[in-house]
Amino acid sequence: MRFYLQQALNALQVGSVYALIALGYTMVYGILTMINFAHGDVFMVSGYVAFFVSTALIGSQLHLAPAVVFAATLLASMFATALLAVGIERVAYRPLRRAPRMSLVITALAVGLLLENLAIAFKPVGPSPRMLPQLIPSTTIVWGGVAFSAVQIVTILVSATAMVGLDLLVRHTRIGIAMRAISWDSALVPLMGVPVDRIVSMTFAIGAAVAAVGGTLYGMTYTIDPYMGIRIGWWAFISAVVGGIGNVRGAMLGGFLLGAVEIFTPVFLRSSTYRDMVAFSLLLVLLVFRPTGILGSPAAQKV
Amino acid sequence: MLRSRLLSLPVLLVLGLVVALVLPQTGWVSPYLQLVISYVGINMILAVSLNLVNGYMGEFSVGHAGFMAVGAYTASILTVWVFPREASPALFPLALLAGGAVAAVAGLGLAFPSFKTRGDYLAIVTLAFLMIVKSVLENLPALGGPRGFMGMDRLTSLGWVFASVVFSVWLARNLVYSRWGRGVLSIREDETAAGLVGADTRRVKVVTFTVSAFLAGIAGGLFAHEIQFINPRAFTLLKSTDMLVMVYLGGIGSLGGSLLGATVYTLVLEGLRPALQSVGIAQEWRLVFAPLLLILLMFTKPRGILGFRELSFLRPRGERDGAKKGGEPR
Amino acid sequence: MNRSPFLFLAGVILGSAALVSCNKGPEKIVIGVSAELTGSIPVAGQSCKNAAEFAVATVNAAGGLEVAGKKYPVEILLEDNEDKAESAAAAAQKLVSAGVLAMIGPNASRNAIPAAEVAETAKVPMISPWSTAAKLTLDARTNKPKKYVFRACFIDDFQGVVAAGFAESHLKSKKPAVLYDVASEYNKGIAEVYGKSLKKRGIELAAFESYTTGDKDFSALLTKIQQAGADSLFLPNYYSEVPLQVKQARKLGFTGPILGSDGWGSPELLTLCGGDCEGQFFTTHYAPDIATPKAKDFIQKFQGAYGKVPDDLAALTWDSFSLLFQAIQNAGKLDRQAVRDALAKISNFEGVTGTMEFNGTGDPVKSAVVIQIKDGKYTYFQTAKP
Repeated sequence: MRFYLQQALNALQVGSVYALIALGYTMVYGILTMINFAHGDVFMVSGYVAFFVSTALIGSQLHLAPAVVFAATLLASMFATALLAVGIERVAYRPLRRAPRMSLVITALAVGLLLENLAIAFKPVGPSPRMLPQLIPSTTIVWGGVAFSAVQIVTILVSATAMVGLDLLVRHTRIGIAMRAISWDSALVPLMGVPVDRIVSMTFAIGAAVAAVGGTLYGMTYTIDPYMGIRIGWWAFISAVVGGIGNVRGAMLGGFLLGAVEIFTPVFLRSSTYRDMVAFSLLLVLLVFRPTGILGSPAAQKV
Repeated sequence: MLRSRLLSLPVLLVLGLVVALVLPQTGWVSPYLQLVISYVGINMILAVSLNLVNGYMGEFSVGHAGFMAVGAYTASILTVWVFPREASPALFPLALLAGGAVAAVAGLGLAFPSFKTRGDYLAIVTLAFLMIVKSVLENLPALGGPRGFMGMDRLTSLGWVFASVVFSVWLARNLVYSRWGRGVLSIREDETAAGLVGADTRRVKVVTFTVSAFLAGIAGGLFAHEIQFINPRAFTLLKSTDMLVMVYLGGIGSLGGSLLGATVYTLVLEGLRPALQSVGIAQEWRLVFAPLLLILLMFTKPRGILGFRELSFLRPRGERDGAKKGGEPR
Repeated sequence: MNRSPFLFLAGVILGSAALVSCNKGPEKIVIGVSAELTGSIPVAGQSCKNAAEFAVATVNAAGGLEVAGKKYPVEILLEDNEDKAESAAAAAQKLVSAGVLAMIGPNASRNAIPAAEVAETAKVPMISPWSTAAKLTLDARTNKPKKYVFRACFIDDFQGVVAAGFAESHLKSKKPAVLYDVASEYNKGIAEVYGKSLKKRGIELAAFESYTTGDKDFSALLTKIQQAGADSLFLPNYYSEVPLQVKQARKLGFTGPILGSDGWGSPELLTLCGGDCEGQFFTTHYAPDIATPKAKDFIQKFQGAYGKVPDDLAALTWDSFSLLFQAIQNAGKLDRQAVRDALAKISNFEGVTGTMEFNGTGDPVKSAVVIQIKDGKYTYFQTAKP
């Protein structure tokens, strides 16, 4: 039993990161009906920002407490990544808003590729995996036979905070209401005096900041490398779709679901290679019965 | 003048075939350049294949590398395990067609989920297919698993590549300009409306996916017998992305565009090697320039270089001389 | 219709053709090098490149390579094989067409194998410094040895047996466990040989878990290994994945010894792993601290030029070049066939990574070493002879 509890904890940790990134996908899709394929690579950049900031702070003469460095790293990462996302939107996506949707998708793919290969070619970053300085102590609390590592706890708590914060933002603030309005009827909203461009930029910024939380936590737990955004990006995208793309709570649900699949597949099946197969087969089955995802509303197509 | 133009296309094709057959023997063109030309040809077939689904039909498939993999493995299994070695050069087209056929069956399977899903959801379905194919191949030790499959003879030659490209373009063109093809275009424009005016959207989707997969399978077989070694790693999302780039670069909804996109993409990437070396920039920047060029292109020509336009010799006779092909979508 | 794309691509074709064929200068030795400069193991590719450039620079500093009384300057033609099979084949083809005397690399087996096909067909001698897959030097259909393909390292079949022997005799493991990457030729090969070899010694594996390339979270699999009561862990994986595996294993409470293979050989591992890898062992090609005087000389000079101790790939690349230079000198002329024949006849060659000889195949007969990570450094532990 405790074996399964342990795995459940692992799943919670892994799922949190997927959920955080899935939020970025789902928000941008809701507002622009566009899959921002560069999002996974934006997540990757956030990991590197966290790396550089934390390494610099630790190496500096300031002798800051690890907790302070952690907070500073998190904030710096969120800020820088938000800036990057807004920049990408302005430069690459906005000029194409009138173009056929596929051009936007291809541009997003290209931006992603650009980020990956820039990271590799740009020497200070380079292709080797990096490890962030240890900011979270490696203590493990054993409770009820299950090992709770400090990193896991921090990841889950910080992610949960971010998710709750985002949920509140979307449901109760004016920006959130504007975002949801645009996702429901993008033609009418500008007529109401809502500055669509500004809201779109903010959406990108918020989505990226949330992904940056995931990126920083991910960097604390594992290593970062220029290709890390690809797989995680696609899995987060699937999480968003499974949960119902365009739906914030759905993205969170999808993330945890996929985290569970990731952890439990190798538990029940022989190896983790089957994991991709299982995940995708489940996905296909789900899409056959609920094409718009678990929490998605059945989309009526306008004729 | 029109007559002579029409007459010259078959002549050109025959000439092209002769050149393709003779060139390797003359030694004027180095084996490396021949290899690059083969890659261009294979990429052309892949681009045409993907264009059918993405460009003409307006769906979004990222799984075509899976069809390529299926074709590659099938053709290889045939030439290595089934056909007697001496006969394999003669039986090579059979292997290619078989690879295409098996891939087509897979395409058939993929058509069904596409009935209910559209656009972005289809992307996931096709991605799932790709992952499953890769996973299955990795877990079949008989086919080498992750070690890959070896033992193919170098059966792909410029002649076969040329013939396959011509065949693929011919097949695709006839599909697109047939009554069927109108159905394909109508799905892209507005699927619901298409269904309402009587287009059998399901049948059209099935045919398009099947033909598209068939062509990708042939390309896979050619690829396998060029490199003489295939492993699951060669058929990942990255390969599908390459195909997407070629299609959108050349122009969606345009066969000529696919040919162009494949050529430009392959040659630019290869050409950047010596170009960067001579300027002293590290090779890593090669893969930075490629997406950069694509983004810049998207700004100026969002539909690709030849988007929705077509090279004149590919259009059927009735549609040349002023009649513009299909409208532009919303 | 817009003509400019055609002009552009015509220009590209002509341009690349020109650039490729402009290599006929005065008499010199041109050696092709195919390295993984981009892709998933660029650190390895960079290491290979550095060693190659260093080897050539050293020879040229002495006025060139002396063959049959005449000194020839040596030049490298470097290609990036992008860590992709088709690019490796294309790069090999390019080098062959450019007229190189011989080729060094690629390093990863998945790239070396397609390149080997090209080399064999074109009858150009090729030496892979680092590819340990048995298939590299064998003809795929007949399983007979290839004629033109050689390597400077031992093969995985041997390495797996060495590891198993060490696990039994030194680690005294009764319930060994393995965690390997099932999607990679190298890892899977060694893991399987390890398991089979232990079985022959009467030891059954407690756990044989696999993951896929790119995974970063192994907690599920490691928990399973813990559950099975394993007392040792074999990780025949690459330096980029091992630190995570080790750390996660320790976090989950695994206290037994951890054994590795030559994929651990890059110093990156020490940076990423930190204290968690202290005291662990792995099998590999060479140990810098027991180096012969010749080897010590190389290590010192390399360190002077590049600021770091050469890793196993650098040492193997250096040895590949030394083997090649020796063969060229033995052959007495700059002819591909003669060089190949001379290479195949080499016996008792003393390289930085040990003594080797070729016995009718492209696989050298040489020993492996076991290294222990002590005080954050690679320290020699013992040798294992074939």
